[in-house]
Amino acid sequence: MNTKTSQFIGINLLLLCSILVISFLGIILWDILIKGSPALSTEFISEYPQNGMTEGGIFPAIMGTVWVTLVTALFAIPLGIACAIYLSEYAEDNWVSRSIRASIRNLAGVPSIIYGLFGVAIFVQGMGMGTSILASGFTLGLLTLPYIITTTEEALKTVPQSHREGAFALGATHWETVRSVVLPSAIPGMMTGAILGLSRAAGETAPILFTGVAFYLRYLPAGVFDEFMALPYHLYILSTQHHAIEQVRPLAYGTALVLIGLVCILNIVAFVIRHRYRSLLKGH
Amino acid sequence: MKPKLETRDINLSFGSKHVLKDINIQIPEKRIVALIGPSGCGKSTLLRCMNRMHDLNPDAHVKGDIFLDGENIYSSDYDVVGVRRKIGMVFQRPNPFPKSIFNNIAYGLRINKLAEKKEIPNVVEESLKGSYLWDEVKDSLDSSALSLSGGQQQRLCIARAIAIRPEVILMDEPTSALDPISTGKVEELMVELKKEFTIVIVTHSMQQARRISDHVGFMYLGDLAEYGPTERVFTNPQNELTEKYISGSFG
Repeated sequence: MNTKTSQFIGINLLLLCSILVISFLGIILWDILIKGSPALSTEFISEYPQNGMTEGGIFPAIMGTVWVTLVTALFAIPLGIACAIYLSEYAEDNWVSRSIRASIRNLAGVPSIIYGLFGVAIFVQGMGMGTSILASGFTLGLLTLPYIITTTEEALKTVPQSHREGAFALGATHWETVRSVVLPSAIPGMMTGAILGLSRAAGETAPILFTGVAFYLRYLPAGVFDEFMALPYHLYILSTQHHAIEQVRPLAYGTALVLIGLVCILNIVAFVIRHRYRSLLKGH
Repeated sequence: MKPKLETRDINLSFGSKHVLKDINIQIPEKRIVALIGPSGCGKSTLLRCMNRMHDLNPDAHVKGDIFLDGENIYSSDYDVVGVRRKIGMVFQRPNPFPKSIFNNIAYGLRINKLAEKKEIPNVVEESLKGSYLWDEVKDSLDSSALSLSGGQQQRLCIARAIAIRPEVILMDEPTSALDPISTGKVEELMVELKKEFTIVIVTHSMQQARRISDHVGFMYLGDLAEYGPTERVFTNPQNELTEKYISGSFG
């Protein structure tokens, strides 16, 4: 076989693999879109489930997911960003910082159900939060932390060293340099990472399973100490735990569509932020 | 004449690599001193000792003293951040912040609290005029500094450095990333600036050192091999290595 043929085969093999990956995504989206869209309506989004969840909407599940994602954001974003700033800008390269980094990497590999158990032990029982939005939000926050820390560190690393030196040379302290020169340049990358992390958290089931999510509630949560319904858990119930699974299948697909829609919106927001800041920094 | 800046037995090593060896150099006030020498001779490293830029690098170990107006900037009770306000720096590659032209210059004023809020526009204008950039940017102060050309960016960086009124300006090959026309402008600017500031410049170009400097130091393998008035060093070098270098035998 000459080099030309082998190159032809090589490139097309790679192309084939890429097409395969994209088509998986396409099939999933198409399936959910086709089977889920008939269920969609304003009532579906704005009403409570009715008749043992065989009719009605998923409003409390949407609100629950929004609530718990907000708590996750408030907990994980500041903590993760602070940790990343310390690691990237201040920590010297010694065994302490190396072990912190190793721990974060390992944390990212822990199965989400383990986070759920941990959440029960620490937040629900240990800290007495009970099964609540707060406990679930914190648990999801822990799950999201490694992701936020890693992406923030990457974003900070992309800020050229010459910008830091420029600030130092003008008599800026270390903190002034970080705050007024490094962070503004890194914000788009940090925001993107944080939002993508949250969009993953919003779709998780296992960590909220024991820590606060409820099968069915007739009221919206009034505060962070209440239990809540959530889209991923609602979907789980409709597709495996319901007494009339076949009957509620359209509702399950509708829920899946709404969940994917929410995640998509978050991703689009991340994309827009990155795009806008990037052109801003380039000076157009 | 009493030197403005003076190094005494400066030694620097990166890890186990000994980069600067017993450097003693006296920088006279309101003059331009050029440091020349082949790549890796330590001239940029020496320059960065003068505003304690190596403090940021945990691998760098500096021994020795540097005196600014007779005060040791390496003594333990000296304010490290403050020294960089008195000794400014312009880098090899223009490094404006990704902010507006105005804010690039206002930055140093704000963090050092050098001007009242309403005074800042005046200082910005003055600094931009001082670096001959004002006429080119006066209508676009709010646009990003990154939209300027390389030469304009470097003059902006010089304006940014002079805005906080330092006493000494260190320039690390400030024209090496610029085209000949921009280089010419920056050189003219340096000669103008020496009326007010003491300037130390590291340069790869012997012609540039000869054109603009009053004193020139030739460095070789971490030693200051020769130091003297520019004309004398170029016409009558005392050190064999200097002679070889300026005649182009190596470098």
